[in-house]
This record gives sequence, C-alpha cells and structure tokens, in this order.
Amino acid sequence: MLELRSVRAGYGGFQALFDVSLEVRHGEAVGVIGPNGAGKTTLLRVISGLIRPTSGSIAMEGVDLVATPPHRIVAVGIAHVPESRRLFPRMTVEDNLKMGGFLPSARAKYQDRLAFVYELFPRLRERRRQLAGTMSGGEQQMCAIGRALMSDPKLLLLDEPSAGLAPVIVEQLFDLVKRIRAGGLNVLIVEQNVRQVLRVVDRAYLLKAGSIRAAGPASELLASETIREAYLGV
Amino acid sequence: MAILDVFLLEALINGVLLGGVLALLSLGLNLVFGVIDVVWICYAELIMFGMYGMYFLYTVYHWPLLVAAAVCIVGVGLLGVLLHVLVIAPLLGAAPINQLLATGGVLFFLQSAATVMFSIEFRNLGLRLPVLKLAGMFISYSRLLAFAAALIGMVLVYLFLARTYTGAAIRAIAQDRQIMVLMGVDARRIYLITSALGGGLAGLAACLLVLQYDVHPFVGLSFGPITFLICVLGGLGNFGGGFVAAFVFAELISLGGLYLDLEWGYVFAFVFFIVMMFVRPAGLLARRS
Repeated sequence: MLELRSVRAGYGGFQALFDVSLEVRHGEAVGVIGPNGAGKTTLLRVISGLIRPTSGSIAMEGVDLVATPPHRIVAVGIAHVPESRRLFPRMTVEDNLKMGGFLPSARAKYQDRLAFVYELFPRLRERRRQLAGTMSGGEQQMCAIGRALMSDPKLLLLDEPSAGLAPVIVEQLFDLVKRIRAGGLNVLIVEQNVRQVLRVVDRAYLLKAGSIRAAGPASELLASETIREAYLGV
Repeated sequence: MAILDVFLLEALINGVLLGGVLALLSLGLNLVFGVIDVVWICYAELIMFGMYGMYFLYTVYHWPLLVAAAVCIVGVGLLGVLLHVLVIAPLLGAAPINQLLATGGVLFFLQSAATVMFSIEFRNLGLRLPVLKLAGMFISYSRLLAFAAALIGMVLVYLFLARTYTGAAIRAIAQDRQIMVLMGVDARRIYLITSALGGGLAGLAACLLVLQYDVHPFVGLSFGPITFLICVLGGLGNFGGGFVAAFVFAELISLGGLYLDLEWGYVFAFVFFIVMMFVRPAGLLARRS
C-alpha cells in the first residue's frame, strides 16, 4: 500500500535519510525503531509531506506522493500524528477533532467519525469543550490520535506516541493501537519504546544514522541478539 | 452632586459607541496579523480608499447608500486580496522588517495615489443624519448606526470563525502554522480568505467612518496609529484582547475630552498605552504560558 524507494531527505545542508526503502502492505502494522536522531521523525515527515525528499520515490496505492502537493496527501488516505502531538492548544477538543476532519470528504461523515473517535476515547467526549492545551499528556495523545482518525485514513502514521507518558498510560496506549489495527487500519509507528512497539506490529525496521540496518517480523527482531543487546538491555 | 451627571453619561455612551467602531478597526488588522503574521501598516489607507468609494458612489453617482456600502465592502476586500498577492505573498519568507517596510511603502503609495486621483480637498457624503435627544443628552444618529453596524459585523465574523471549517482553520493556523498541511489545509487559500476578510472589515469600517468624518488622502493618519495601539495593547493577534482594548481606549478618549479638551483625551489614551506597555507588555489579556 505504501512504498518508499531509495528516499533521501534532510534539512538544509544536513541529510537525515540515506536511500531508505520501506514498505507497508495491506492489513499490516509496521514499526520503525532506532536510537535518537536516527531519522525516524524525518521518515514520517517525508511521507506526510511536511518535508520533501531530495530524491527517491514514495507511492501510496499507486499515487506518487512526491508529485502530490503536501496538503493533498491527507486526501490520499494518510493521517500523521506528529511528534509531541502538536494539538491546537487554545482550541477545544472538539474543534481540534473538527480540524482533523477538514477534508471535504471527511466533512460529509463528520458525525460518524466523531462518534467513532468518542467511542474509542470516551475521555475525549467528557472533555470535548475543554481547551486541548489544558489536558494531561495522555489525554492530549488521545486527542491527537482522534484528530488523525477524523479524516478516515487508510494509513495512520504515529510518531513516538509514548513519549513523555507514564508507564500505565503507555500500556493503555499500545492496547488502543492494537484496537485501531483490529478495525482494519494500517499503522506505521515510530518508537523508542522498542519492547512495547514490537508487541503490536507485524514487522519492523531498524533505522540507524539515516539508513535501514535491519528488517523483519517483529518476533524475529525481538529474538535477535543485536537488537536485544542494543535496545532491550537484556 | 450626582455622581452620574448627564454630561458624564453622554461621554460614557459616546465612548462605548466609539469603542465599537475602534473594535471593528482592530479586528481586521488583528485577524491578518494573527493568521498571516504580517502587519498591514497600510490598513488605514485601505479604509481611506473605501471612504472615497462611498463618496463617489453615493454623493457623486447617487447610488443607494446600502448598495454603495456593499460595493465598498467587497471592493476593499478585493484590495486586501490584491495587497496579499502582489506584496505580502512574495515576502512571506522574508525578514519581518522587510515586510513592514513593504506595507509601509504601500501606505505612501496609496496616499500619493489618492492625492493624484482625488486631490487633497476634504470631501464628505453630504448626508445629514439627525441627532437623538434623550433625557438631556445628545447622541448622534450616525454614531449609533456605526456602532450597531460594527457590532453586527463583528458578530458575523465571530460566527464565521466559530462555526465554519474555514473559520476553524483560520483560528488553528494562528496557533500552529506548520502542521496545517497534515489537516489537508492549503495555507495559501486560508491567507487569501483572511486577506479578503481583513479588507472587507476595512471596507465596512470605511462605510461607518465616512458617516462621521470628511475623507481626504491623509485621513488614514487620524485612525491608523490608534488602531495599531489598540491591537498592541490587546496583544497582537489576540482578538478578545483587541476588543477590550478598543473600549478602554475609546472611554479614555471620550472622558478625557469631557474633563479637558478632545486632544487631552488622546494624550491620556497614549500615556495609558505607554504605561501598560511596561505593566503588561504582552497585552491586556496576555495568556500566562
């Protein structure tokens, strides 16, 4: 469904991704793990159009994303939950969700999507009139995921969803990712919390210093000596 | 001695009426700044062109007043779009000082163009609206009308911002510009709509001001600076703050004018502004962050 081939990208003179090739197949949840500064966030940003690749190709179900204007990429079916959530802090929870459903195609099913998101996150319904910036970190993460789901995407990009959250909340969050997956949504998730992420994804890539160093089924990576030593600390 | 004598009450009411118009003026400027992050230094000059539009359509060509007003609102709205496309858009990535200088240049261009096209003669609509006499107070009908229309204009803008998707995008873009792309929002389109809206508000302000004041090429100088001060006092880009600041300023001007001369009212307002800049530099309703 999503395919990246030899993608290079960076900021100004700094190159963050070197010939990254990666694939998300239909019905899959895929993880990208790796240390800080490996280029994980850049990888998601280049898919959703926040930055443009300097070379290589990115395609989503046959649509060339490199040739698609950034604001049209959501309409192709990709929703991005950015690093540190990036809610509109001085807007209500419901207004934030409304922004997630900004696309004309999403406006038509606004009530359905809202009901879906509120069912997934009952807490958001309770807080719908509250300013998003005044909620706890976990609630803000729910709101950010809810906002992304409002556009009725086919592929959800999650950037470090567990960052800065208490362990109990992280546990709940990954359960939710599992539920979202079960609903038939594809997920590409970038995480430093390797142990947790390998439990919810089918396959994973190891990104280091801007290139893919390893790839394979989650269970294999969990068992792999190098990954266990470097990232799981066992 | 009565605490609320009739002159004081009249000054207070006139202050509220003036505040409504000043609030409308600052809303347009604030909207553009909040969304596009650019200050239209030439904002009052757009209003000046709107006032000339009213003068020509109504007084010279004898169009019905409401039709002339509608054409002026749309016309100045288009001027706003033109200003954005020709001057602001090419400079969006430039240093703020360059953007200020460019819109400042447009100010002098518009003043000179008006001088060449319309001469420096003072003109007015020649419309004499009655003065309302109420319990010993004199309240001009044109001020009441201006206040009511300003209020209606602001309520419409509020509903647009609160209820529509485009309105939500306008509020959102002022809070996080970069991620608008992830919502599927084309920022350029929102900028154009905001410029049209800012221009339209300037057009509405022109229709209201021309009821009370003569128009000449330099008329922008008499309310441009005060509009900027109100926006800064309220916190640039903070719509609620601008609204409150407009009424505070208007009352200072009106009450200062009651106890001393009209000019003293402005002196008080500006002294208040300077003091407030030390006390609350981020604006009256500054957010604690």
